Amino acid sequence: MTIRVEAADFDPGAELAALTRGKPGIGGLVSFVGLVRDLAGETPIAALTLEHYPGMTERQLGELEAEANRRWPLDATLIIHRVGRLEPGDRIVLVAVASAHRDAAFDACRFLIDWLKTRAPFWKMEETSDGPRWVVARAEDDAAAAHWLEHTG
Amino acid sequence: MRLLYFAWLRAKIGIGHEEVEVPDHVRDVAGLLAWLKSRGPGYAEALADLRVVRTAVNQAYVKPDHPVGRDDEVALFPPVTGG
Repeated sequence: MTIRVEAADFDPGAELAALTRGKPGIGGLVSFVGLVRDLAGETPIAALTLEHYPGMTERQLGELEAEANRRWPLDATLIIHRVGRLEPGDRIVLVAVASAHRDAAFDACRFLIDWLKTRAPFWKMEETSDGPRWVVARAEDDAAAAHWLEHTG
Repeated sequence: MRLLYFAWLRAKIGIGHEEVEVPDHVRDVAGLLAWLKSRGPGYAEALADLRVVRTAVNQAYVKPDHPVGRDDEVALFPPVTGG
């Protein structure tokens, strides 16, 4: 159960290997890696700057991780979220979940990224040719997170 | 009371955090937001549409009727856009 909020890039392969090392009961490992896209709608993006609320971020992510562990039998979880300035193609976030069986790992990974997007206090500012602008929250993300209120896994 | 502002709320208000002495009649989040709006044009603009303002007291999400006191850390920010 690890949570990291940091500016540095991460190596998904090395992180996943470390997460499952020495835990032979794990039968499935599911990971999600979020990347910076080069377009927002039809607007080209030169870079993103991510800011967050230190303290509350870690607390919210910890609560999400605890909720995932209440809903599914998990052997290991990892959330890494980057902050600072990122360019198209850069990794933003890694969510990884390991369990004895794949169903729990798939469902819990999806749950964590869906809820992270609507609850963890991060904000993105995009650099466009028209200047900087703050990203607006998407109704689709709220709907994806609300889905999990009806499904207990 | 310690106040924190993030993203465009910080940009509009012009500062990221401040310590304030709130008047006695401010008892809850709704009262705090109403009082803040009266503190200047930047606050009024940042808090013009409360549908896009989220509030956390001591790092937990709260609703407008949540009580606030002088020892609390209160954060105001837009809907989150991480991930």
